[in-house]
Amino acid sequence: MATIKDLQFREPPSITNKKDAAITDFEVRSLNTTSVNDTVLRHPWWYNLKYLAVGLVFGVVFVKAEVISWFRIQEMFRLQSFHMYGVIGTAVVTGMISVWLIKKFNVKTIHGQPIQFQPKKFNKGQIFGGITFGLGWAMTGACPGPLFAQIGTGVLVIGVVLLSAIAGTWVYGYFKERLPH
Amino acid sequence: MLEFFRQPWSWYVAGAIIGLIVPALLILGNKHFGISANLRHACAACFPSNIPFFKYDWKKEAWNLFFVAGILVGGFIAAQYFSNPNQIQVNPALVTELKDYGINDYSSFLPAEIFSWEGLLTLRGFILLVGGGFLVGFGARYAGGCTSGHAIMGLSDLQVPSLIATISFMVGGFIMANLILPFILRL
Repeated sequence: MATIKDLQFREPPSITNKKDAAITDFEVRSLNTTSVNDTVLRHPWWYNLKYLAVGLVFGVVFVKAEVISWFRIQEMFRLQSFHMYGVIGTAVVTGMISVWLIKKFNVKTIHGQPIQFQPKKFNKGQIFGGITFGLGWAMTGACPGPLFAQIGTGVLVIGVVLLSAIAGTWVYGYFKERLPH
Repeated sequence: MLEFFRQPWSWYVAGAIIGLIVPALLILGNKHFGISANLRHACAACFPSNIPFFKYDWKKEAWNLFFVAGILVGGFIAAQYFSNPNQIQVNPALVTELKDYGINDYSSFLPAEIFSWEGLLTLRGFILLVGGGFLVGFGARYAGGCTSGHAIMGLSDLQVPSLIATISFMVGGFIMANLILPFILRL
């Protein structure tokens, strides 16, 4: 149960350290792309079911547009089909227009919070990591989202790919400080 | 109506709905679209091992775990109730190429010769599933995001680093599919 107190804005930890803390926190979090926007509202867990509903729509689209197909990804990287370029291109254009509208009209969340955007900072990881990711993408024929949809369609062996991806993430975390960024 | 659900959907329908995930998550709770972060949350929840990168309150990011659970359920529903009865239509040039590697099964989204428990026990299957998965997880975190976080969310917000990451994803994919994969698939 959400009490009125839960729904109130959290106090910053201390006024003097506020700016410092915010900067450090943002640097760390934006670099690592955990959600950079802290939720200032506390909600009961079942509020998260709305994200499950959005994910559900996403999963259906993945399957129905064959985005989860290894064959479609192979066609994309061989320039043998326009399909995936069309999907990603349309998604980006739709996203761009949406973000532009949100910024222009200062749209708030359904809970009345302001919607925040944080600029990403360039680091060499985006190139080295990006190429590594691309190599893996062409092998598995799936980026992280489609992996979950593939498992949902009943190809349970993809669970091995997912566990391996979690292992890859862990190894990155372990060697993070020693990798060029 | 059911006919629409059974047929494969065109790229513009799918692209538009995927693009609308961006404002949907923002408006529902100021959330930024990004799926590979869940792999990090899984590490933070299960094996933080005192690594600073995994020491944070992953429960605060639980919304994203609900989101991917939804993707899994969506995949199940689509496959169970609106599946396309026909074989997947693939470019003939790719069909010819894959035939050389003994890949002829187009009954599912993934070639069963590789993406099955039997396939996993072959050398090429092991490399593609375990090796490929590892590179996806490692690379996504190193790059600070995957296709959703960089290519879709980042580009939607006109972020130059995301454009660089997206180009790098494509470069890696082109190298693998055209230069390396033919050797792996012959194993």
